Amino acid sequence: MATLVGGITTSHVPAIGRAIARDLQGDPYFKPFFDGFPPVHAWLDRVKPDVAVVLYNDHGLNFFLDKMPTFAVGAASEYRNADEGWGIPVVPPFRGELDLSWHLIESLIGEDFDLTTCQEMLVDHAFTLPMVLLWPGRAAWPVSTVPVCINTVQFPLPSARRCWQLGQSIGRAIQSWDTDKRVVVVGTGGLSHQLDGERAGFINKDFDLKFMDSLVDDPTWATRYSITDLVELTGTQGVELLMWLATRGTLSAVVRKVHASYHIPISNTAAGLMVLENAV
Amino acid sequence: MNATREIPGTTLFDGTQARKGYALNKMCYSFNAAANREAFKADEEGYCSKFGLNDAQRHAIRERNVLKLIAAGGNVYYLAKFAGIFGLDVQDLGAQQTGMTKDQFKAKLLAAGRN
Repeated sequence: MATLVGGITTSHVPAIGRAIARDLQGDPYFKPFFDGFPPVHAWLDRVKPDVAVVLYNDHGLNFFLDKMPTFAVGAASEYRNADEGWGIPVVPPFRGELDLSWHLIESLIGEDFDLTTCQEMLVDHAFTLPMVLLWPGRAAWPVSTVPVCINTVQFPLPSARRCWQLGQSIGRAIQSWDTDKRVVVVGTGGLSHQLDGERAGFINKDFDLKFMDSLVDDPTWATRYSITDLVELTGTQGVELLMWLATRGTLSAVVRKVHASYHIPISNTAAGLMVLENAV
Repeated sequence: MNATREIPGTTLFDGTQARKGYALNKMCYSFNAAANREAFKADEEGYCSKFGLNDAQRHAIRERNVLKLIAAGGNVYYLAKFAGIFGLDVQDLGAQQTGMTKDQFKAKLLAAGRN
């Protein structure tokens, strides 16, 4: 069976892409954020994943309001990035992992998740920037991928509890995939931030740090909150912590924290990074 | 989810907003393509007409006013593509919506990291 090597959660702010394009990783504004990644690179070199299942939220590149799935799973042999309208460079295409895509689809629908399946799918910065952060400067991506998109555009969003359950179900599916491949789960988004309204610029450091701790010791802690609660506590885009929660859900009850870092701000966002692996 | 609960300075993009803003958001979604951004720049009014924007939406587009665009049903992810036409990033949008200069808005975020 496949080996689930662990989960990585990271922010996906477009400004990160602009910083990489302009080679600003050492700039005092960005350095505290990029400094979080060398320990993650060292961990990836050690655990050597073959496949990345990427849990992210599309921001209006692949999905528009004409068709807005709550949970969508990619089932394509290749995923491309494209112009998102505000000028971060487009990255090379990603290889799909079709066997895992269909195994996930069968397993998740078998566990009562009513998915949308996508044999064509563009992936936006929420997918591409974490890949660039995890595997910088590569001519080709060292992993194949399966994108899993969670709606955070149009309310009602899936609840924290449901995203946790989705993660658990994805974890079971990976562990039952008949292969000797090694799989990492990447969850992207957050942490606290709000782009829209008079409350733009809202950040909640106390909540973010508590949430990050909870992922280690008390992983269902955030499932007590409604989506409205989470918007109030973390901002309209802070609800992207749903992807972190789902990623944690793929792992065992007991995990080991390999790495964590947290920095305010990157653009309007409290930027977080964590790596967790199964303790048993 | 309690649909009636208000969060100050915050508009949840729910069914009401999605219905109200469909034409506006569809126009902004089209700005993923460079050719459409150019077509908008060449003839703003004509481009708005093509997507069937209502008067409030046209007015807010003309003024580049983010709060009015949100009130008219705009979703910030699509509006960001509109803002991109003018080289504006989310900190420009944040500053405009909070009535600050961009430097003041950036300082507010830096301060959040020190607390």
